[in-house]
Amino acid sequence: MTKEKVPARQDFDQLNRDWFIDKAVQVLVFLGGISAIVFIIGIFVFISREGLGFIFEDFSFTEFFGSPNWRPTSESNPTYGILALVAGTASVTGLAMLVAIPFSLGAAIYIAEFASGKKREFLKVTVELLAAIPSVVWGFIGLAIMNPIIIQTFNVPVGLNVLNAGVILGLMAAPIMTSIAEDALKAVPDRYREAAEAMGATRWQVIYKVVLPAAKNGLLGAVLLGVGRGFGETMAVLMATGHSINIPTSVFDSVRALTATIAAELGETAVGSPHYEALFTIGIFLFVITFIINLSADLIVRGVRKG
Amino acid sequence: MFEASSLNRKNLRNERLVKASLGLMTGLLILPVVLILSTLLYKGGPVISFEFLFASPTNGMTAGGIFPALLGTILLVLVALIASVPLGVAAAIYLSEYAPDNWFTRAINLAIINLAGVPSIVHALFGVGAFVIFFKFGTSILAASLTLAIMTLPVVIVATRESLQAVPQAFREACWNMGATRWQTIRRVVLPNAITGILTGVILEVSRTSGETAPIMFTGAAFFLPLLPQGVLDQTMALSLHLFVVSTQVPDMPEELPYGVALVLISIVLIMNSLSIALRMYLRGRKKW
Repeated sequence: MTKEKVPARQDFDQLNRDWFIDKAVQVLVFLGGISAIVFIIGIFVFISREGLGFIFEDFSFTEFFGSPNWRPTSESNPTYGILALVAGTASVTGLAMLVAIPFSLGAAIYIAEFASGKKREFLKVTVELLAAIPSVVWGFIGLAIMNPIIIQTFNVPVGLNVLNAGVILGLMAAPIMTSIAEDALKAVPDRYREAAEAMGATRWQVIYKVVLPAAKNGLLGAVLLGVGRGFGETMAVLMATGHSINIPTSVFDSVRALTATIAAELGETAVGSPHYEALFTIGIFLFVITFIINLSADLIVRGVRKG
Repeated sequence: MFEASSLNRKNLRNERLVKASLGLMTGLLILPVVLILSTLLYKGGPVISFEFLFASPTNGMTAGGIFPALLGTILLVLVALIASVPLGVAAAIYLSEYAPDNWFTRAINLAIINLAGVPSIVHALFGVGAFVIFFKFGTSILAASLTLAIMTLPVVIVATRESLQAVPQAFREACWNMGATRWQTIRRVVLPNAITGILTGVILEVSRTSGETAPIMFTGAAFFLPLLPQGVLDQTMALSLHLFVVSTQVPDMPEELPYGVALVLISIVLIMNSLSIALRMYLRGRKKW
Protein backbone atom coordinates (compact mmCIF):
# COMPACT_ATOMS: atom_id res chain seq x y z
CA MET A 1 0.00 0.00 0.00
CA THR A 2 1.44 3.37 -1.00
CA LYS A 3 1.11 6.50 0.93
CA GLU A 4 -1.24 8.15 -1.54
CA LYS A 5 -3.83 5.48 -0.92
CA VAL A 6 -4.29 6.45 2.69
CA PRO A 7 -7.62 8.25 2.74
CA ALA A 8 -7.46 11.96 3.41
CA ARG A 9 -9.06 13.34 6.47
CA GLN A 10 -12.11 14.77 4.73
CA ASP A 11 -12.90 11.35 3.24
CA PHE A 12 -14.17 10.27 6.63
CA ASP A 13 -17.69 11.12 7.44
CA GLN A 14 -16.72 14.04 9.64
CA LEU A 15 -19.99 14.20 11.52
CA ASN A 16 -20.03 10.53 12.18
CA ARG A 17 -16.52 10.42 13.59
CA ASP A 18 -17.06 13.41 15.85
CA TRP A 19 -20.29 11.89 17.00
CA PHE A 20 -18.38 8.76 17.93
CA ILE A 21 -15.70 10.69 19.84
CA ASP A 22 -18.43 12.62 21.58
CA LYS A 23 -20.07 9.41 22.79
CA ALA A 24 -16.72 7.96 23.89
CA VAL A 25 -15.95 11.08 25.92
CA GLN A 26 -19.38 10.95 27.45
CA VAL A 27 -18.72 7.42 28.67
CA LEU A 28 -15.25 8.39 29.96
CA VAL A 29 -16.39 11.39 31.99
CA PHE A 30 -19.30 9.36 33.30
CA LEU A 31 -16.80 6.84 34.64
CA GLY A 32 -14.97 9.76 36.27
CA GLY A 33 -18.26 10.99 37.66
CA ILE A 34 -19.15 7.75 39.35
CA SER A 35 -15.60 7.29 40.72
CA ALA A 36 -16.53 9.04 43.96
CA ILE A 37 -19.34 6.54 44.55
CA VAL A 38 -17.04 3.66 43.60
CA PHE A 39 -14.41 4.84 46.09
CA ILE A 40 -16.88 5.29 48.94
CA ILE A 41 -18.20 1.77 48.38
CA GLY A 42 -14.61 0.57 47.89
CA ILE A 43 -13.52 2.04 51.23
CA PHE A 44 -16.36 0.26 52.98
CA VAL A 45 -15.72 -3.04 51.19
CA PHE A 46 -11.96 -3.10 51.76
CA ILE A 47 -11.99 -2.13 55.43
CA SER A 48 -14.80 -4.65 55.99
CA ARG A 49 -12.79 -7.34 54.19
CA GLU A 50 -10.00 -6.91 56.71
CA GLY A 51 -12.26 -6.36 59.72
CA LEU A 52 -15.00 -8.94 59.23
CA GLY A 53 -12.85 -11.83 60.47
CA PHE A 54 -12.88 -10.18 63.88
CA ILE A 55 -16.59 -9.48 63.85
CA PHE A 56 -17.39 -13.14 63.11
CA GLU A 57 -14.87 -14.70 65.50
CA ASP A 58 -13.72 -12.71 68.52
CA PHE A 59 -16.37 -10.01 68.45
CA SER A 60 -18.84 -9.62 71.29
CA PHE A 61 -21.14 -6.64 70.99
CA THR A 62 -21.34 -6.01 74.72
CA GLU A 63 -17.59 -6.28 75.19
CA PHE A 64 -16.74 -4.11 72.17
CA PHE A 65 -19.05 -1.23 73.05
CA GLY A 66 -19.50 -1.85 76.78
CA SER A 67 -16.06 -2.58 78.16
CA PRO A 68 -13.51 0.12 78.92
CA ASN A 69 -10.68 -2.42 78.67
CA TRP A 70 -8.69 -2.20 75.48
CA ARG A 71 -6.01 -4.86 76.01
CA PRO A 72 -5.45 -6.43 72.62
CA THR A 73 -1.87 -7.46 73.39
CA SER A 74 -2.63 -9.39 76.58
CA GLU A 75 -1.37 -12.96 76.11
CA SER A 76 -3.76 -14.78 78.42
CA ASN A 77 -6.96 -12.83 78.00
CA PRO A 78 -7.04 -10.13 75.33
CA THR A 79 -10.03 -7.80 75.62
CA TYR A 80 -11.31 -5.48 72.93
CA GLY A 81 -13.50 -2.85 74.61
CA ILE A 82 -13.64 0.56 72.99
CA LEU A 83 -15.74 2.33 75.62
CA ALA A 84 -12.76 4.26 77.03
CA LEU A 85 -11.62 5.14 73.52
CA VAL A 86 -15.10 6.40 72.65
CA ALA A 87 -15.08 8.43 75.88
CA GLY A 88 -11.67 9.84 74.91
CA THR A 89 -12.83 10.85 71.45
CA ALA A 90 -16.12 12.24 72.79
CA SER A 91 -14.52 14.29 75.56
CA VAL A 92 -11.93 15.83 73.26
CA THR A 93 -14.45 16.52 70.48
CA GLY A 94 -16.94 17.92 73.02
CA LEU A 95 -14.42 20.35 74.48
CA ALA A 96 -13.25 21.28 70.99
CA MET A 97 -16.82 22.17 70.05
CA LEU A 98 -17.22 24.26 73.22
CA VAL A 99 -14.23 26.26 72.01
CA ALA A 100 -15.01 26.27 68.30
CA ILE A 101 -18.79 26.80 68.07
CA PRO A 102 -19.09 30.23 69.76
CA PHE A 103 -15.93 31.61 68.21
CA SER A 104 -16.56 30.35 64.71
CA LEU A 105 -20.20 31.47 64.66
CA GLY A 106 -19.21 34.84 66.12
CA ALA A 107 -16.45 35.24 63.55
CA ALA A 108 -18.76 34.13 60.73
CA ILE A 109 -21.39 36.73 61.70
CA TYR A 110 -18.71 39.41 61.96
CA ILE A 111 -17.16 38.57 58.59
CA ALA A 112 -20.46 38.13 56.75
CA GLU A 113 -22.49 40.95 58.25
CA PHE A 114 -20.22 43.61 59.76
CA ALA A 115 -16.87 43.56 57.98
CA SER A 116 -16.74 44.94 54.46
CA GLY A 117 -14.35 45.59 51.58
CA LYS A 118 -10.63 44.98 52.17
CA LYS A 119 -11.12 43.96 55.81
CA ARG A 120 -13.62 41.28 54.89
CA GLU A 121 -11.39 39.95 52.12
CA PHE A 122 -8.41 39.86 54.48
CA LEU A 123 -10.31 38.01 57.21
CA LYS A 124 -11.68 35.47 54.73
CA VAL A 125 -8.22 34.72 53.33
CA THR A 126 -6.76 34.44 56.83
CA VAL A 127 -9.45 32.00 57.91
CA GLU A 128 -8.88 29.96 54.76
CA LEU A 129 -5.14 29.79 55.44
CA LEU A 130 -5.71 28.79 59.07
CA ALA A 131 -7.86 25.90 57.84
CA ALA A 132 -4.92 24.65 55.77
CA ILE A 133 -2.48 24.04 58.64
CA PRO A 134 -1.80 20.26 58.61
CA SER A 135 -2.92 18.19 61.58
CA VAL A 136 0.57 16.88 62.33
CA VAL A 137 1.71 20.49 62.81
CA TRP A 138 -1.21 21.04 65.22
CA GLY A 139 -0.11 17.91 67.07
CA PHE A 140 3.39 19.27 67.30
CA ILE A 141 2.03 22.58 68.60
CA GLY A 142 0.11 20.67 71.29
CA LEU A 143 3.22 18.76 72.20
CA ALA A 144 5.82 21.51 72.13
CA ILE A 145 3.92 24.72 72.88
CA MET A 146 0.62 23.93 74.67
CA ASN A 147 2.06 21.21 76.89
CA PRO A 148 4.45 23.44 78.93
CA ILE A 149 1.88 26.25 79.01
CA ILE A 150 -0.74 23.95 80.58
CA ILE A 151 1.75 22.50 83.08
CA GLN A 152 2.77 26.00 84.22
CA THR A 153 -0.65 27.63 84.25
CA PHE A 154 -2.60 24.92 86.04
CA ASN A 155 0.25 23.38 88.00
CA VAL A 156 -0.50 19.83 86.80
CA PRO A 157 2.08 17.10 86.21
CA VAL A 158 1.13 16.32 82.60
CA GLY A 159 0.05 18.82 79.96
CA LEU A 160 -0.98 16.26 77.36
CA ASN A 161 -4.66 15.79 78.20
CA VAL A 162 -8.26 16.48 77.24
CA LEU A 163 -7.73 20.22 77.69
CA ASN A 164 -4.73 20.35 75.37
CA ALA A 165 -6.23 18.22 72.61
CA GLY A 166 -9.64 19.92 72.96
CA VAL A 167 -8.19 23.41 72.52
CA ILE A 168 -5.96 22.29 69.64
CA LEU A 169 -8.85 20.55 67.93
CA GLY A 170 -11.11 23.56 68.54
CA LEU A 171 -8.60 25.92 66.92
CA MET A 172 -8.28 23.44 64.07
CA ALA A 173 -12.01 23.01 63.42
CA ALA A 174 -12.99 26.66 63.93
CA PRO A 175 -11.72 28.05 60.59
CA ILE A 176 -13.58 25.42 58.57
CA MET A 177 -16.76 25.97 60.56
CA THR A 178 -16.33 29.73 60.12
CA SER A 179 -16.08 29.37 56.33
CA ILE A 180 -19.15 27.15 56.04
CA ALA A 181 -21.19 29.25 58.47
CA GLU A 182 -20.21 32.41 56.58
CA ASP A 183 -21.41 30.82 53.33
CA ALA A 184 -24.70 29.96 55.02
CA LEU A 185 -25.17 33.57 56.18
CA LYS A 186 -24.26 34.91 52.71
CA ALA A 187 -26.88 32.57 51.20
CA VAL A 188 -29.66 34.52 52.97
CA PRO A 189 -31.10 36.83 50.27
CA ASP A 190 -30.38 40.54 50.69
CA ARG A 191 -34.05 41.41 50.29
CA TYR A 192 -34.71 39.83 53.72
CA ARG A 193 -32.24 42.27 55.26
CA GLU A 194 -33.56 45.21 53.26
CA ALA A 195 -37.15 44.51 54.31
CA ALA A 196 -36.15 44.40 57.97
CA GLU A 197 -34.03 47.53 57.66
CA ALA A 198 -36.92 49.35 56.01
CA MET A 199 -38.96 48.59 59.13
CA GLY A 200 -36.36 50.49 61.16
CA ALA A 201 -34.45 47.54 62.59
CA THR A 202 -30.83 48.08 63.59
CA ARG A 203 -28.07 45.94 62.06
CA TRP A 204 -28.00 43.60 65.05
CA GLN A 205 -31.79 43.30 65.14
CA VAL A 206 -31.72 42.35 61.46
CA ILE A 207 -29.10 39.69 62.11
CA TYR A 208 -30.69 38.35 65.27
CA LYS A 209 -34.33 38.34 64.15
CA VAL A 210 -34.01 37.73 60.41
CA VAL A 211 -30.65 36.48 59.17
CA LEU A 212 -29.88 33.91 61.89
CA PRO A 213 -33.31 32.22 61.79
CA ALA A 214 -33.14 32.09 57.98
CA ALA A 215 -29.63 30.61 58.04
CA LYS A 216 -30.14 28.27 60.97
CA ASN A 217 -30.01 25.03 58.98
CA GLY A 218 -26.81 26.05 57.23
CA LEU A 219 -25.26 26.99 60.58
CA LEU A 220 -26.30 23.65 62.06
CA GLY A 221 -24.70 21.96 59.06
CA ALA A 222 -21.48 23.87 59.74
CA VAL A 223 -21.48 22.71 63.35
CA LEU A 224 -22.13 19.10 62.33
CA LEU A 225 -19.26 19.15 59.83
CA GLY A 226 -17.05 20.55 62.60
CA VAL A 227 -18.08 17.67 64.86
CA GLY A 228 -17.32 15.20 62.07
CA ARG A 229 -13.92 16.71 61.57
CA GLY A 230 -13.08 16.64 65.28
CA PHE A 231 -14.27 13.08 65.53
CA GLY A 232 -12.09 11.87 62.67
CA GLU A 233 -8.98 13.89 63.46
CA THR A 234 -6.01 11.61 63.95
CA MET A 235 -2.50 13.05 64.21
CA ALA A 236 -3.32 16.01 66.45
CA VAL A 237 -5.19 13.88 69.01
CA LEU A 238 -2.53 11.18 68.83
CA MET A 239 0.13 13.68 69.83
CA ALA A 240 -1.78 15.94 72.24
CA THR A 241 -4.06 13.66 74.31
CA GLY A 242 -1.32 11.82 76.18
CA HIS A 243 -2.52 8.57 74.63
CA SER A 244 -3.38 6.67 77.80
CA ILE A 245 -6.57 4.66 78.16
CA ASN A 246 -8.87 6.44 80.56
CA ILE A 247 -12.47 7.38 81.05
CA PRO A 248 -11.79 11.04 81.85
CA THR A 249 -13.16 12.63 85.01
CA SER A 250 -11.53 16.03 84.50
CA VAL A 251 -10.04 17.99 81.62
CA PHE A 252 -6.59 17.30 83.03
CA ASP A 253 -6.87 13.54 82.48
CA SER A 254 -4.98 11.99 79.63
CA VAL A 255 -7.16 10.02 77.25
CA ARG A 256 -6.85 8.04 74.07
CA ALA A 257 -8.97 8.49 70.96
CA LEU A 258 -10.36 5.88 68.54
CA THR A 259 -8.46 7.28 65.57
CA ALA A 260 -5.21 7.60 67.50
CA THR A 261 -5.44 3.97 68.61
CA ILE A 262 -5.48 2.79 65.01
CA ALA A 263 -2.62 5.11 64.09
CA ALA A 264 -0.49 3.99 67.02
CA GLU A 265 -1.10 0.25 66.86
CA LEU A 266 -1.63 -0.74 63.25
CA GLY A 267 2.10 -0.74 62.52
CA GLU A 268 2.80 -3.23 65.31
CA THR A 269 0.18 -5.85 64.51
CA ALA A 270 0.50 -8.88 62.26
CA VAL A 271 -1.78 -8.86 59.20
CA GLY A 272 -4.80 -11.08 59.92
CA SER A 273 -4.35 -11.27 63.69
CA PRO A 274 -7.41 -10.54 65.89
CA HIS A 275 -5.77 -7.29 67.05
CA TYR A 276 -5.24 -6.17 63.44
CA GLU A 277 -8.81 -7.06 62.55
CA ALA A 278 -10.14 -5.31 65.67
CA LEU A 279 -8.43 -2.10 64.51
CA PHE A 280 -10.20 -2.42 61.16
CA THR A 281 -13.46 -2.94 63.04
CA ILE A 282 -12.86 0.39 64.79
CA GLY A 283 -12.31 1.77 61.29
CA ILE A 284 -15.72 0.46 60.17
CA PHE A 285 -17.27 2.09 63.25
CA LEU A 286 -15.56 5.43 62.46
CA PHE A 287 -16.62 5.20 58.81
CA VAL A 288 -20.26 4.56 59.69
CA ILE A 289 -20.42 7.37 62.27
CA THR A 290 -18.82 9.98 59.98
CA PHE A 291 -21.05 8.81 57.12
CA ILE A 292 -24.11 9.46 59.27
CA ILE A 293 -22.80 12.86 60.39
CA ASN A 294 -22.03 13.95 56.82
CA LEU A 295 -25.34 12.62 55.53
CA SER A 296 -27.35 14.49 58.15
CA ALA A 297 -25.35 17.68 57.59
CA ASP A 298 -26.10 17.41 53.88
CA LEU A 299 -29.80 16.75 54.44
CA ILE A 300 -30.11 19.67 56.87
CA VAL A 301 -28.33 22.11 54.55
CA ARG A 302 -30.39 20.91 51.57
CA GLY A 303 -33.54 21.44 53.58
CA VAL A 304 -32.83 25.15 53.82
CA ARG A 305 -32.11 25.50 50.10
CA LYS A 306 -35.53 24.13 49.24
CA GLY A 307 -37.37 26.31 51.76
CA MET B 1 -35.41 67.99 64.91
CA PHE B 2 -34.76 64.28 64.64
CA GLU B 3 -33.55 63.77 68.15
CA ALA B 4 -32.65 60.17 68.99
CA SER B 5 -35.10 58.69 71.44
CA SER B 6 -33.82 56.69 74.39
CA LEU B 7 -34.86 53.51 72.57
CA ASN B 8 -32.78 54.53 69.53
CA ARG B 9 -29.83 55.23 71.74
CA LYS B 10 -30.19 51.90 73.52
CA ASN B 11 -30.38 50.06 70.21
CA LEU B 12 -27.35 51.89 68.91
CA ARG B 13 -25.39 51.14 72.05
CA ASN B 14 -26.34 47.47 71.80
CA GLU B 15 -25.28 47.40 68.20
CA ARG B 16 -21.85 48.86 68.95
CA LEU B 17 -21.43 46.39 71.79
CA VAL B 18 -22.35 43.43 69.61
CA LYS B 19 -20.11 44.56 66.78
CA ALA B 20 -17.18 45.05 69.13
CA SER B 21 -17.60 41.68 70.81
CA LEU B 22 -18.01 39.79 67.52
CA GLY B 23 -14.91 41.55 66.20
CA LEU B 24 -13.09 40.54 69.37
CA MET B 25 -14.15 36.91 68.88
CA THR B 26 -12.82 36.97 65.32
CA GLY B 27 -9.57 38.37 66.65
CA LEU B 28 -9.37 35.73 69.37
CA LEU B 29 -9.84 33.05 66.73
CA ILE B 30 -6.96 34.34 64.65
CA LEU B 31 -4.58 35.68 67.30
CA PRO B 32 -3.52 32.39 68.96
CA VAL B 33 -2.68 30.92 65.59
CA VAL B 34 -0.63 33.98 64.63
CA LEU B 35 1.24 33.68 67.95
CA ILE B 36 1.84 29.98 67.35
CA LEU B 37 3.11 30.59 63.84
CA SER B 38 5.45 33.32 65.10
CA THR B 39 6.79 30.90 67.70
CA LEU B 40 7.44 28.33 64.97
CA LEU B 41 9.21 30.98 62.92
CA TYR B 42 11.19 32.25 65.89
CA LYS B 43 12.38 28.85 67.06
CA GLY B 44 12.54 27.07 63.71
CA GLY B 45 13.98 29.89 61.64
CA PRO B 46 17.57 29.57 62.91
CA VAL B 47 17.55 25.82 62.19
CA ILE B 48 16.87 26.28 58.50
CA SER B 49 19.90 26.44 56.30
CA PHE B 50 21.00 25.15 52.93
CA GLU B 51 22.50 22.14 54.67
CA PHE B 52 19.30 21.45 56.64
CA LEU B 53 17.28 21.29 53.42
CA PHE B 54 19.75 19.32 51.32
CA ALA B 55 21.47 16.90 53.69
CA SER B 56 20.36 13.55 55.06
CA PRO B 57 19.55 13.03 58.73
CA THR B 58 22.52 11.78 60.75
CA ASN B 59 23.13 10.58 64.27
CA GLY B 60 19.84 8.72 64.67
CA MET B 61 18.02 11.70 63.12
CA THR B 62 19.14 14.06 65.89
CA ALA B 63 21.35 16.00 63.49
CA GLY B 64 21.75 16.65 59.80
CA GLY B 65 19.04 17.63 57.35
CA ILE B 66 15.70 16.61 55.95
CA PHE B 67 16.45 16.06 52.27
CA PRO B 68 15.08 12.48 51.96
CA ALA B 69 11.83 13.55 53.63
CA LEU B 70 11.51 16.64 51.44
CA LEU B 71 12.15 14.62 48.28
CA GLY B 72 9.72 11.93 49.46
CA THR B 73 6.93 14.45 49.98
CA ILE B 74 7.51 15.86 46.49
CA LEU B 75 7.38 12.35 44.97
CA LEU B 76 4.24 11.41 46.89
CA VAL B 77 2.50 14.61 45.81
CA LEU B 78 3.53 14.20 42.15
CA VAL B 79 2.30 10.62 41.85
CA ALA B 80 -0.91 11.53 43.69
CA LEU B 81 -1.50 14.40 41.25
CA ILE B 82 -0.94 12.17 38.22
CA ALA B 83 -3.64 9.85 39.54
CA SER B 84 -6.19 12.32 40.84
CA VAL B 85 -6.12 15.30 38.45
CA PRO B 86 -7.35 13.49 35.29
CA LEU B 87 -9.96 11.61 37.30
CA GLY B 88 -11.09 14.68 39.21
CA VAL B 89 -11.33 16.82 36.06
CA ALA B 90 -13.32 14.08 34.28
CA ALA B 91 -15.68 13.84 37.24
CA ALA B 92 -16.11 17.62 37.31
CA ILE B 93 -16.79 17.73 33.54
CA TYR B 94 -19.45 15.07 33.99
CA LEU B 95 -21.07 16.88 36.92
CA SER B 96 -20.97 20.30 35.31
CA GLU B 97 -21.67 19.50 31.64
CA TYR B 98 -23.54 16.21 31.46
CA ALA B 99 -25.16 15.24 34.74
CA PRO B 100 -28.96 15.54 34.85
CA ASP B 101 -30.53 16.93 38.01
CA ASN B 102 -31.71 13.69 39.56
CA TRP B 103 -31.18 11.38 42.52
CA PHE B 104 -28.13 9.77 40.96
CA THR B 105 -26.28 13.07 40.65
CA ARG B 106 -27.25 13.82 44.22
CA ALA B 107 -25.75 10.48 45.24
CA ILE B 108 -22.49 11.41 43.47
CA ASN B 109 -22.39 14.76 45.26
CA LEU B 110 -23.04 13.05 48.56
CA ALA B 111 -20.24 10.58 47.86
CA ILE B 112 -17.87 13.49 47.16
CA ILE B 113 -18.80 15.16 50.45
CA ASN B 114 -18.31 11.88 52.26
CA LEU B 115 -14.99 11.19 50.59
CA ALA B 116 -13.81 14.52 51.99
CA GLY B 117 -15.34 13.77 55.38
CA VAL B 118 -14.10 10.23 56.01
CA PRO B 119 -11.39 10.36 58.72
CA SER B 120 -7.86 10.29 57.33
CA ILE B 121 -7.04 7.18 59.36
CA VAL B 122 -9.94 5.34 57.68
CA HIS B 123 -8.42 6.30 54.32
CA ALA B 124 -5.20 4.79 55.66
CA LEU B 125 -6.98 1.53 56.52
CA PHE B 126 -8.49 1.51 53.03
CA GLY B 127 -5.04 2.08 51.53
CA VAL B 128 -3.67 -0.86 53.49
CA GLY B 129 -6.58 -3.15 52.65
CA ALA B 130 -6.83 -2.20 48.97
CA PHE B 131 -3.45 -1.09 47.63
CA VAL B 132 -0.93 -2.68 49.99
CA ILE B 133 -2.62 -6.07 50.41
CA PHE B 134 -5.25 -6.65 47.70
CA PHE B 135 -3.45 -5.09 44.72
CA LYS B 136 -0.09 -6.23 46.16
CA PHE B 137 1.72 -2.90 45.74
CA GLY B 138 3.22 -3.45 49.18
CA THR B 139 4.11 -0.46 51.32
CA SER B 140 5.27 1.78 48.52
CA ILE B 141 5.11 5.29 47.10
CA LEU B 142 2.47 4.00 44.68
CA ALA B 143 0.16 2.72 47.44
CA ALA B 144 0.62 5.85 49.58
CA SER B 145 0.09 8.21 46.65
CA LEU B 146 -3.06 6.43 45.47
CA THR B 147 -4.44 6.64 49.01
CA LEU B 148 -3.66 10.37 49.07
CA ALA B 149 -5.14 10.79 45.58
CA ILE B 150 -8.48 9.31 46.61
CA MET B 151 -8.52 11.32 49.80
CA THR B 152 -7.92 14.64 48.05
CA LEU B 153 -10.02 13.88 44.94
CA PRO B 154 -12.90 16.06 46.25
CA VAL B 155 -10.59 19.12 46.28
CA VAL B 156 -9.95 18.81 42.52
CA ILE B 157 -13.55 17.93 41.69
CA VAL B 158 -15.06 20.83 43.62
CA ALA B 159 -12.61 23.46 42.32
CA THR B 160 -12.89 22.26 38.71
CA ARG B 161 -16.67 22.04 38.80
CA GLU B 162 -16.85 25.58 40.16
CA SER B 163 -14.64 27.00 37.44
CA LEU B 164 -16.51 25.08 34.71
CA GLN B 165 -19.82 26.38 35.97
CA ALA B 166 -18.43 29.92 36.00
CA VAL B 167 -18.17 29.79 32.18
CA PRO B 168 -21.35 31.47 30.92
CA GLN B 169 -23.95 29.22 29.32
CA ALA B 170 -24.09 31.62 26.32
CA PHE B 171 -20.54 30.56 25.34
CA ARG B 172 -21.69 26.96 25.03
CA GLU B 173 -24.88 27.83 23.18
CA ALA B 174 -22.97 29.93 20.66
CA CYS B 175 -20.65 27.00 20.02
CA TRP B 176 -23.48 24.46 19.67
CA ASN B 177 -25.16 26.73 17.16
CA MET B 178 -22.06 26.51 14.97
CA GLY B 179 -22.67 22.76 14.79
CA ALA B 180 -20.04 21.69 17.32
CA THR B 181 -20.58 18.53 19.32
CA ARG B 182 -20.71 18.58 23.08
CA TRP B 183 -17.10 17.45 23.45
CA GLN B 184 -15.83 19.95 20.86
CA THR B 185 -17.57 22.67 22.83
CA ILE B 186 -16.05 21.53 26.09
CA ARG B 187 -12.57 21.12 24.63
CA ARG B 188 -12.43 24.33 22.56
CA VAL B 189 -14.57 26.71 24.62
CA VAL B 190 -15.33 25.59 28.16
CA LEU B 191 -11.98 24.13 29.24
CA PRO B 192 -9.78 26.97 27.90
CA ASN B 193 -11.94 29.44 29.80
CA ALA B 194 -11.77 27.40 32.99
CA ILE B 195 -8.16 26.23 32.95
CA THR B 196 -6.81 28.76 35.48
CA GLY B 197 -9.62 27.92 37.85
CA ILE B 198 -8.71 24.25 37.57
CA LEU B 199 -5.11 25.19 38.31
CA THR B 200 -6.15 26.82 41.60
CA GLY B 201 -7.73 23.52 42.57
CA VAL B 202 -4.61 21.56 41.66
CA ILE B 203 -2.37 23.86 43.71
CA LEU B 204 -4.79 23.56 46.61
CA GLU B 205 -4.51 19.80 46.33
CA VAL B 206 -0.71 20.02 46.45
CA SER B 207 -1.07 21.98 49.66
CA ARG B 208 -3.48 19.45 51.19
CA THR B 209 -1.55 16.38 50.05
CA SER B 210 1.84 17.52 51.31
CA GLY B 211 0.57 17.95 54.87
CA GLU B 212 -1.28 14.64 55.29
CA THR B 213 0.30 12.15 57.65
CA ALA B 214 -2.09 9.41 58.75
CA PRO B 215 -2.91 8.09 55.24
CA ILE B 216 0.74 7.49 54.38
CA MET B 217 1.89 6.07 57.73
CA PHE B 218 1.12 2.46 56.86
CA THR B 219 0.91 2.61 53.10
CA GLY B 220 4.35 3.79 52.03
CA ALA B 221 6.07 6.28 54.28
CA ALA B 222 8.83 5.02 56.55
CA PHE B 223 10.26 6.47 59.77
CA PHE B 224 13.80 6.33 58.47
CA LEU B 225 15.47 5.02 55.32
CA PRO B 226 19.19 5.10 54.66
CA LEU B 227 18.70 5.27 50.88
CA LEU B 228 16.62 7.44 48.60
CA PRO B 229 13.71 5.68 46.82
CA GLN B 230 14.62 4.24 43.40
CA GLY B 231 11.11 3.79 42.01
CA VAL B 232 7.41 4.00 42.82
CA LEU B 233 7.43 0.56 44.46
CA ASP B 234 9.99 1.67 47.08
CA GLN B 235 9.11 3.14 50.43
CA THR B 236 10.01 6.73 51.12
CA MET B 237 10.40 9.17 53.97
CA ALA B 238 7.96 12.09 54.07
CA LEU B 239 8.12 15.50 55.70
CA SER B 240 4.83 15.20 57.61
CA LEU B 241 5.68 11.79 59.04
CA HIS B 242 9.22 13.01 59.74
CA LEU B 243 7.79 15.77 61.94
CA PHE B 244 5.79 13.15 63.87
CA VAL B 245 8.86 10.94 64.23
CA VAL B 246 11.32 13.61 65.36
CA SER B 247 8.86 15.12 67.82
CA THR B 248 7.64 11.89 69.45
CA GLN B 249 9.73 8.83 68.60
CA VAL B 250 13.35 9.85 68.89
CA PRO B 251 15.05 10.14 72.29
CA ASP B 252 17.61 12.90 72.94
CA MET B 253 16.22 15.10 70.19
CA PRO B 254 17.61 18.63 70.27
CA GLU B 255 14.72 20.96 71.02
CA GLU B 256 14.95 23.19 67.92
CA LEU B 257 15.16 20.52 65.22
CA PRO B 258 11.45 19.58 65.17
CA TYR B 259 10.61 23.31 64.98
CA GLY B 260 12.70 23.50 61.83
CA VAL B 261 10.87 20.54 60.28
CA ALA B 262 7.49 21.99 61.27
CA LEU B 263 8.45 25.33 59.78
CA VAL B 264 9.46 23.81 56.43
CA LEU B 265 6.26 21.76 56.25
CA ILE B 266 3.95 24.61 57.14
CA SER B 267 5.78 26.94 54.73
CA ILE B 268 5.17 24.53 51.84
CA VAL B 269 1.50 24.17 52.76
CA LEU B 270 0.82 27.87 53.32
CA ILE B 271 2.81 29.09 50.30
CA MET B 272 0.93 26.69 48.01
CA ASN B 273 -2.37 27.73 49.57
CA SER B 274 -1.62 31.44 49.23
CA LEU B 275 -0.61 30.89 45.61
CA SER B 276 -3.97 29.27 44.95
CA ILE B 277 -5.86 32.10 46.66
CA ALA B 278 -3.84 34.77 44.83
CA LEU B 279 -4.51 33.10 41.49
CA ARG B 280 -8.21 32.94 42.29
CA MET B 281 -8.30 36.65 43.15
CA TYR B 282 -6.35 37.59 40.03
CA LEU B 283 -8.86 35.61 37.97
CA ARG B 284 -11.81 37.27 39.60
CA GLY B 285 -10.37 40.69 38.84
CA ARG B 286 -9.59 39.84 35.22
CA LYS B 287 -12.84 38.19 34.22
CA LYS B 288 -14.11 39.58 30.91
CA TRP B 289 -17.72 38.57 31.22
